[in-house]
Amino acid sequence: MNRVLAAGTQVGNPVINISIFAAFVIVTLVIVIRASRTNTDATEFFTAGHAFSGPQNGVAIAGDYLSAASFLGIAGAIAVYGYDGFLYSIGFLVAWLVALLLVAELLRNTGKFTMADVLSFRLKQKPVRLAAATSTMAVSLFYLLAQMAGAGGLVALLLDINDRFAQSVVIAVVGLLMIVYVLVGGMKGTTWVQIIKAVLLIAGAAFMTLLVLAKFGGNFSEMLGSAQEMVRDATAVGVAERDVLAPGAQYGGSTTSKINLLSLGLALVLGTAGLPHVLMRFYTVPTAKEARRSVVWAIALIGAFYLFTLALGYGAAAIVGPDRILSSPGGQNSAAPLLAFELGGVLLLGIISAVAFATILAVVAGLTITASASFAHDVYATVMKKHTVTEDEQVRVSRITAVTLGAVAIALGILANGQNVAFLVALAFAVAASANLPTIIYSLYWRRFNTRGALWSMYGGLISCIVLIVFSPAVSGSKTSMLPGADFQLFPLSNPGIVSIPLAFALGILGTLTSRDTGDPELNAEMQVRSLTGVGAEKATHH
Amino acid sequence: MATTDVEPREVPPTGAQYLAVQASPEFQELRRTLRRFVFPVTAFFLIWYSSYVLLGAFAHDFMDNKVWGNINVGLILGLGQFLTTFLITGLYVRFANRELDPRAEAIRNEMHWSER
Repeated sequence: MNRVLAAGTQVGNPVINISIFAAFVIVTLVIVIRASRTNTDATEFFTAGHAFSGPQNGVAIAGDYLSAASFLGIAGAIAVYGYDGFLYSIGFLVAWLVALLLVAELLRNTGKFTMADVLSFRLKQKPVRLAAATSTMAVSLFYLLAQMAGAGGLVALLLDINDRFAQSVVIAVVGLLMIVYVLVGGMKGTTWVQIIKAVLLIAGAAFMTLLVLAKFGGNFSEMLGSAQEMVRDATAVGVAERDVLAPGAQYGGSTTSKINLLSLGLALVLGTAGLPHVLMRFYTVPTAKEARRSVVWAIALIGAFYLFTLALGYGAAAIVGPDRILSSPGGQNSAAPLLAFELGGVLLLGIISAVAFATILAVVAGLTITASASFAHDVYATVMKKHTVTEDEQVRVSRITAVTLGAVAIALGILANGQNVAFLVALAFAVAASANLPTIIYSLYWRRFNTRGALWSMYGGLISCIVLIVFSPAVSGSKTSMLPGADFQLFPLSNPGIVSIPLAFALGILGTLTSRDTGDPELNAEMQVRSLTGVGAEKATHH
Repeated sequence: MATTDVEPREVPPTGAQYLAVQASPEFQELRRTLRRFVFPVTAFFLIWYSSYVLLGAFAHDFMDNKVWGNINVGLILGLGQFLTTFLITGLYVRFANRELDPRAEAIRNEMHWSER
């Protein structure tokens, strides 16, 4: 049975798959080049001149957020583990309330380019900017590595590449494409790519959802039943006994794995408002009110999309079945493309894969530009050169950073190739929630908060989170680890959030209270007044 | 709202001016209004979300109770999270448009200064 399946996993026609994909990439590149003609100064390059409207920016945020993790990762997790995969959707969505209620508008009012602008506003510039830039790079790298793993799996499936070395070559090509995007387009270019891609991705998912539901006569309950039946008949090891309609198929075994679920849930809900590339999107609109409108649009689109992933995940389980998904070149991450093939043949497979690929490319570009902007603006211009650099020079440095970051991301992507993308992105969320969120919240809402609190919280959160990841089962000690041959696993949870996030919040309080530094009352007042009223950032209307 | 042609001030406000604005009753009211909405609502959705995740981790049997066909309590509670997220978003936007924007605008105009 397994041999037959393995031979039958090749889907579609590699030539058609790649033709549709290439056409798509060329179209988006042309748009980037056209949009970039107006790219002149640093404000344009980094924040698109604050020129996007709320709805446009909201679609772009959805584009940034709906990465390979949301499409390939969640659909795969639901198809294989059922209900436990649904938690990703819910955590990823509810997290937007933290961004909407606590962060988006105040941040828009206070900052200019990057997250560090806000964090260092009333604290000591140099050390805080350095810490913020460091954590921005760390979050972006974890996020990038996940996208690379997704790209590897997808192309492996499309081109029927089973060889790991050939997959690595593909990852390197994706990396190159992404660098071209960033070098040519800047933020305005990537914003247009995000908008186009978000529309295509959401429309594609909606269309597939309709086809799936039509197969079951519009009866969702019946689809769930078929999904459970397919799982019960599965021959892959350990799959058949799963109850995919109830929680617990992935995280139900031991107390450790139940705590792992809590840890994941915490990282998901607190991560979004600490993601630097999402925070940077709040600066591409002119006012706080537009920032609010963007988030509302983003929540509506992202929420709708996650409802579709529920149908896609269970649909893939019911129509494709866990056996074929698990034995295909991309593993779990192939559930959505395989479902597209079953529903609409080679054409739908080609289109959906192209959209998924463009998704990865665009997210990667958005991440790279955020991280490189942060380095150029916060580390190079402010810390190393003390503001004596021209904006042209900043843009140049950010381009060099993008190339460097691209290279590192390619290397890590090759290591992470094969793991579930949603799981990998959740690690980036854990880093963001540990290193960034406490300091963002404290600096916006706690007047007493000071530099030592910020540094303890950011470095404490960042270091504890990364150390725990390194010693977790995600990196070594299990068959699916990044280094399957090694075993230096010391920490039982695969997501460290439940330890590192509370630790970072506590360190922020501890650091603040043990330092006598109460800050500059005038700067504190300025930040509070600016963040709440938007004075300085918004044009006053005169009556 | 009639617009007059007063140019925005060239010189940014001083620290003392910011302190004065911060201490003003109008600003304190804006701050109180914001916090009075945002903090309780945040507490509510975080508790509701945590209860859901805790049930997902520890109450498998409860979540597996079938309500209609194959649709169980877990699925309904999960969709409930979607519903409350949309609901809170709507409530916040209404609140911010009505309660926050006019107050913030009044203070901005009082200071009438713009950087960009």
